[in-house]
Amino acid sequence: MKRLVLIMLFVFVFAFSMFLTAKVTLEFWSWRTEDVDVYNALIKMFEKKNPDIHIRFTAFKQTEYNTILSSAIKGGTAPDIIHLRAYGGLEQYAAPGYLVPLDDKVPALANFSDVAISGVRSKKDGKLYGVPFAMQTLVIYYNKRIYKKLGLKEPETWDEFLANLAAVKKAGYIPLANGGKDGWTLEVLHGVICPNFYGANGFFNAVVAGKTNFEDERYRKSLEKLLELRPYMPDNFMGVGYTDMQMLFVNEIAAHFIGGIWEAGYFKSLNPNLDFDIFAGPVAHKGDIRYVSSFNDGSYGIFSGSKHIKEAVKFLRFTATTEFGQYFTDHLLQISAVPGIHPKDKILKKVLELNKHSTPYIMLVGFRWHQPTGSSLLQSALQGMMADKIDSYEVVKRVQKGVETWYKPFQK
Amino acid sequence: MRSRRAKQGLWIAIFVLPALIMVGIFIIAPLFLSFYNSLYNWDGIKRRDFIGLRNFASIFSQYPYKDRFFNAIKHNIIWFIATMLFQNSIGLFFGYLLSRRIKGSEIYKRIFFIPVTFSLVAVGFLWALYLNPIWGIVNKTLKQIGLSGLAHTWLGDARLATPTIIAVNIWRWLGFPTLIFYAGINNIPEEYIEAAYLDGSNEWSLFWKIIFPLIIPSVTIITVLTFIGSLNVFEQIYVMEGLDGGPFYSTDTLGTLFYRTAFGSVDTGLPEIGIGSAIGVVIYVLTFTASATSALLLRRKEVEL
Repeated sequence: MKRLVLIMLFVFVFAFSMFLTAKVTLEFWSWRTEDVDVYNALIKMFEKKNPDIHIRFTAFKQTEYNTILSSAIKGGTAPDIIHLRAYGGLEQYAAPGYLVPLDDKVPALANFSDVAISGVRSKKDGKLYGVPFAMQTLVIYYNKRIYKKLGLKEPETWDEFLANLAAVKKAGYIPLANGGKDGWTLEVLHGVICPNFYGANGFFNAVVAGKTNFEDERYRKSLEKLLELRPYMPDNFMGVGYTDMQMLFVNEIAAHFIGGIWEAGYFKSLNPNLDFDIFAGPVAHKGDIRYVSSFNDGSYGIFSGSKHIKEAVKFLRFTATTEFGQYFTDHLLQISAVPGIHPKDKILKKVLELNKHSTPYIMLVGFRWHQPTGSSLLQSALQGMMADKIDSYEVVKRVQKGVETWYKPFQK
Repeated sequence: MRSRRAKQGLWIAIFVLPALIMVGIFIIAPLFLSFYNSLYNWDGIKRRDFIGLRNFASIFSQYPYKDRFFNAIKHNIIWFIATMLFQNSIGLFFGYLLSRRIKGSEIYKRIFFIPVTFSLVAVGFLWALYLNPIWGIVNKTLKQIGLSGLAHTWLGDARLATPTIIAVNIWRWLGFPTLIFYAGINNIPEEYIEAAYLDGSNEWSLFWKIIFPLIIPSVTIITVLTFIGSLNVFEQIYVMEGLDGGPFYSTDTLGTLFYRTAFGSVDTGLPEIGIGSAIGVVIYVLTFTASATSALLLRRKEVEL
């Protein structure tokens, strides 16, 4: 009898200690294959403070992530923590109820900027479904060595910019690395150049409210500015894809690259000797306010079917801390969405400076909520315009016609 | 007697069943599922309300689905015509030459077939590099031999993109029809051809009067396969131009349109599973009816040996 009690006691103690040390393993999926090391380091920081939680980070190829994630969600095998895209990309999972609302679960969200929060707010119920992770800004990169060699300085106006491009061309470089094979790079190009000509926030607010539409002359004329850049793009630029653009700039064959701030870290890793800097899209007249397009790149959310929501919330709270944000910013060379971050990197400091006058990246923020999205309409139409298949009137007509099939304020 | 028959039937069933289950789960069931899905309204990846054939109506009548659909199907037709015209007629010619035992035909036979064994994705990727307007070997070579006028933006020019991808595909796939036609011609009994020669036939009439009618079964197979292949073409375009069938939808086909619509393209996309499924249904209805009718029509032309 005594023995039996002892055995039972032993079993009980053993089971209880197992229970105490039992680690919860959370799955965390992402499309950031380039950032695996940094995420693992961040996860280690979290695990140190939460020894009972283990997080497994898996990154999928960007082009396949959506499909893999959607099927996993449908099949009920989705990870506990999901790296989500912003705006419409979040809405597609938030609206049907696949995500956990975080308003009361992650109190730190209250301190995030409006631009960051707009990317994680569902249009359906107004709740927040993710902790924003990075803010992106669209800029013009330039090669400082070439600028110094040719005695050029950062342009302020459109004419100065064109003059710089012409000078670089004369010196035998490709002035602008951008091409048109990948439609989305044209949308980015438009996001850098056009806002300063269509009237940035004034037009954005009006078009979002349905007070004007894309056939507005301000918008159409701003698109024509892109045509003026064609002589400075690579020969056969319609065949130049995204990776070609990067290689042209990194290998100092091209002097400018118009793109997102997410490129900076990649440029440095490919060519540590590359001396580059950034400036905002040029303006029509000296002294005009120079706007940059910016947007929330995405967020971390929790799958509503997760068995470990409590633990996942703990991790999400961690992603909203300055500790997380600062490490993220310093190591990925991107601007964390967490408020109160002080980037050490010179370029990132400048990005923050440029963001004093920011305007929402128009199609992503306003019109990528439903198919046909403003982005998909614009990207292909811009390809048509840059290849002289259609003119700017036709571009805005196609965009307007497509967006108004679902955008309520246009249907009034 | 009867029990033996039943036993035999049982054995056949046992052998057929695994394949039948596989086909049932992975081919038949998805066909019906996608038809089922196409009858619903979708909220992202969640099925909502039954809407009958409204998704089909959208494909055929609503901007921009209608434009995209007819544009895509136009490119599928171009794929079919160009492949029939170039790949299969060259294949027939090569198959004929090989069967005439020209010098080195054994080596050619192998060389022609090598690209067929290559991975489609690798071929597309490598050719996209060769055709790159900046670093690509094609334009560099053309410029070096003084033909810079011929150095085009192969994959970035809306007029050239589809023909270029078709040409790459022909390069890869030519060995297949060549081998089928070669085998077909080899199957023709020697006496027929000797008899034709004895009757004073020349090569031209020998080919058209004797050989071609006797290899109609091979022609049927190749035509039907080309048709199915052209309707379902996807990988080559996905690898060389991406999901958007760019530039400016000039390489879009039903395959890329379907994928993009059903799963959402990478940078702009939100999935539209209802519309996507409807496109899928249209693709398989087209494939089925067209291959069935073409098989029937061509079978009539077959000559018994």
